[in-house]
Amino acid sequence: MKRMVRVGTVMLSLVAAAGPLWAAPAEPAYPKEIGKGEGALNIVAWEGYAQDDWVKPFEAETGCQVNKKYAGSSDEMVALMRSGGGGEYDLVSASGDATLRLIYGGDVQPIDTRFIPDFADFVEDLKAPPHNSLKGVHYGLSYEWGPNVLLWNTAKLKAAPTSWSALYDPAYKGLVSVPDNPIQIADAALYLSKTKPDLGITDPYELTPAQLDAAAALLKGQQPLVKKYWALASDQVELFKNGDSVIGAAWPYMTNTLKDAGTPVADTVPTEGATGWADSWMLSSKTSHPNCAYKFMAYVSTPKVQAQQAIYFGETPVNTKACAPMDAQQAGSCAKYHLDDAATYLKSIRFWKTPLQQCADGSKTCTSYTDWQQKWQEIKG
Amino acid sequence: MPSSPARFLLGLWALLVLVFLFAPVAVIALYAFNASNVQSWPIPGFSLRWFGTAWSNREIRAALALSLEAGLIATTVAVVLGTAAAFAVNRFRFVGREAVSFTVVLPIALPGIITGMALNSFFVLAGTGLSFWTIVIGHATFCIVVVYNNVLARLRRMPASLAEASMDLGADGWRTFRLVTLPLMSTALVAGAILAFALSFDEVIVTTFTAGAQNTLPLWIFGAIRLGQRLPEVNVVVLLVTAVTFVPVLLAYRLMGRSGV
Amino acid sequence: MSSITLPRRLSTALWRAPRLALAATLLPPLAWFLLIYLAALAVLFIAAFWSVDAFTGEIDRTWTLENFARIVQSPIYRAIALRTIGMAAAVTVTDALIAFPFAFFMARVAGPTLRVTLFTLVLLPLWSSYLARVYAWRLILAHDGALNWALNGVGLPSLEIGYSRWAMWIVFSYIWLPFMITPLFAALERIPQSLLEASGDLGARGWRTLVRVILPLSLPGLVAGSIFTFSLTLGDYITPVLVGGPGSDFIGNVVYANVGIANNVPFAAAYASVPLVVMMLYLALAKRIGAFESM
Repeated sequence: MKRMVRVGTVMLSLVAAAGPLWAAPAEPAYPKEIGKGEGALNIVAWEGYAQDDWVKPFEAETGCQVNKKYAGSSDEMVALMRSGGGGEYDLVSASGDATLRLIYGGDVQPIDTRFIPDFADFVEDLKAPPHNSLKGVHYGLSYEWGPNVLLWNTAKLKAAPTSWSALYDPAYKGLVSVPDNPIQIADAALYLSKTKPDLGITDPYELTPAQLDAAAALLKGQQPLVKKYWALASDQVELFKNGDSVIGAAWPYMTNTLKDAGTPVADTVPTEGATGWADSWMLSSKTSHPNCAYKFMAYVSTPKVQAQQAIYFGETPVNTKACAPMDAQQAGSCAKYHLDDAATYLKSIRFWKTPLQQCADGSKTCTSYTDWQQKWQEIKG
Repeated sequence: MPSSPARFLLGLWALLVLVFLFAPVAVIALYAFNASNVQSWPIPGFSLRWFGTAWSNREIRAALALSLEAGLIATTVAVVLGTAAAFAVNRFRFVGREAVSFTVVLPIALPGIITGMALNSFFVLAGTGLSFWTIVIGHATFCIVVVYNNVLARLRRMPASLAEASMDLGADGWRTFRLVTLPLMSTALVAGAILAFALSFDEVIVTTFTAGAQNTLPLWIFGAIRLGQRLPEVNVVVLLVTAVTFVPVLLAYRLMGRSGV
Repeated sequence: MSSITLPRRLSTALWRAPRLALAATLLPPLAWFLLIYLAALAVLFIAAFWSVDAFTGEIDRTWTLENFARIVQSPIYRAIALRTIGMAAAVTVTDALIAFPFAFFMARVAGPTLRVTLFTLVLLPLWSSYLARVYAWRLILAHDGALNWALNGVGLPSLEIGYSRWAMWIVFSYIWLPFMITPLFAALERIPQSLLEASGDLGARGWRTLVRVILPLSLPGLVAGSIFTFSLTLGDYITPVLVGGPGSDFIGNVVYANVGIANNVPFAAAYASVPLVVMMLYLALAKRIGAFESM
């Protein structure tokens, strides 16, 4: 029995070692040069982030076969990067609410931007943003960004909504669809920061327990209105296509897909502003294909690929040189996605970041992502 | 035999159940020809283009090959281990005999997420990482019970006197097994193997925990479905797989039905 | 000498030494289960009594019942556990009701050819991906879906059951139905015709024969099928995500979230012990009924 317990302890410590939340950020281990590709590359990506249009040419050019695993949420990405003790996947296209978890978990390693020729053309604010860089060390390479929008069916809603309040309006009972994601609490917090200033919310990702409770109360009131908390991009598309939902929080990608399928929809960034994502490619600390990974990161940073990605998904590239190929592919798309005024547009979006117990002012009075996750479970039931 | 009105009602019920079972399969078949990539009712238009894209998709071929390979190996392991366990339980009396049935059925009787989590932590401990082989091990573990149950049920219905007679006639153990026992239980083995393979071929939950970067066909489908751009392509693959399996499976069961003990 | 092959010599030895034969047949499967499966399970459930340090995220190996206390005290985790078990029970009953007449028709009414064809047809959906079939159901049950289209076509009002617990109930009952039909069919087929005739000869009406003879004799098959339908529903977390509405998370969803996201393996293990205990009780009961013989 003693032996059993000991074996158990050893096993558990290994399970635990698979990725404690705050292990430590990995030390830089930069390659001297990028050699020949290893022939394969395993990536975890957002749905739509590894389309054949640009991945196929990369494979042909480098001989690196890209094996993709799609994830529907940042949480899933973190889980996948830690699966099997880490090292299964080489790259992940993580959003700002996953990046810090991956960095502090020691799951990803610093990236040497010397090997990314296009890095110099990146929009300044996203070269070393706090969500993917620590003290000037790049743990992530910024990729694309955009806002979470308010999506509605223009045939079923007579007047275009301009405020997030539409999502809390009992008039749409049973017709609302919002993401099944704890970070959704930030959307409620952002709305409250404008509508209930006495709560004192300044940053929707830094909430005191009282502020978190207020946001949760708002969302609990929304729950009876919700048709579905969508988990996959296809959920939201089908919900709107088949008339189950007429208003909701969505990505521009869904607007594009629905319009292509002939559904009358429109989207907007409401007056309160919007939360949004700024995605970064991050390199696993246990990668077994570093050369292919660097080649891939360099490739997807080029203006052409950045433009293809932006138009496919409906988002904005970090590479400011992507404007010309964007307009070449789809006239007016550079302005449509605000790449021409990226620096200002960027400031209007509250990018996802991991809520931490430690607030920006150093005090430990904020609520952590674990608290958010528990609250979210209570909200959606 | 039930009375004829009862027989009619039962037949009607059977028909309704078949409609229930095949309504979604019919939807899959229909929407393989969907002109749009988003599914909506009624179908907006017809197109054959998804057959082309599915055919030229390297990922589908790789996932299909991996699923077939993993399924075949897992089924083989399950047949060997399941048959062995069934023999032991049927022929011998030993301490803990009762517990064997209980243990064997656990991987399928316990919720998939428990089996998945347990195996995942085990592989992490063993330091093997996740690979093709961890998928196979996971599948074999929950497939054993299917073979075990089928074989054991057959052995129980098989009179022990047959084997004894064979031995009395001078055949040794191996000969008896090969010439008497094996033919008698072959149909049970095949039925068990088919079901085991089917289980392995469509498993998602345990596989999520035991697969690394490789995709089995169901994992590829999950990836392709979630974006909502390739649903018709998924339907094409599912339709073709179902069509290809129907005839051999029907033939196998007919053969079994004829020779069933 | 050459005619005596190795397997033959081996088998002769085995036949003469039953203990050896027992070891040869039992050890490999036993080793597989002990070394891989049971060991892994044991470790997982030791962890249920540990905890995770909220700040460092490290596992604290002091024995504690804190995880279990949290589950019992929190209304949401209680509600999710009850919801999951309730759904598993509802699906099992539904499948039993659908499957019994069908299996009876297969086993006692249909001729040999029809029987084999039906058997194949019942198992055929297992070859068409579970995920694709669930997606097909979404289209059937959606607001503008096939079901409402048909209902409106015959002048009936629409049903708003897409993305709800009703949808989950229908889809689960659908998905696991073959797993109920097969063991029931096996049990019903095994009932000797003579027994039914005897019951009739003794003056029992059809209904009485059904209740007094057929039902008791098919009970092991029914229980065997129910093990599948109950446990498969209990452990699923994908169908709730795909067809459930608000308030439809299952135990599996919480476990998955705690393993992958919160990195709280002890809590996940503790919560996973709910279905484990439920299934253990169920299996113990099933064993007494003799269901293991007819799975």
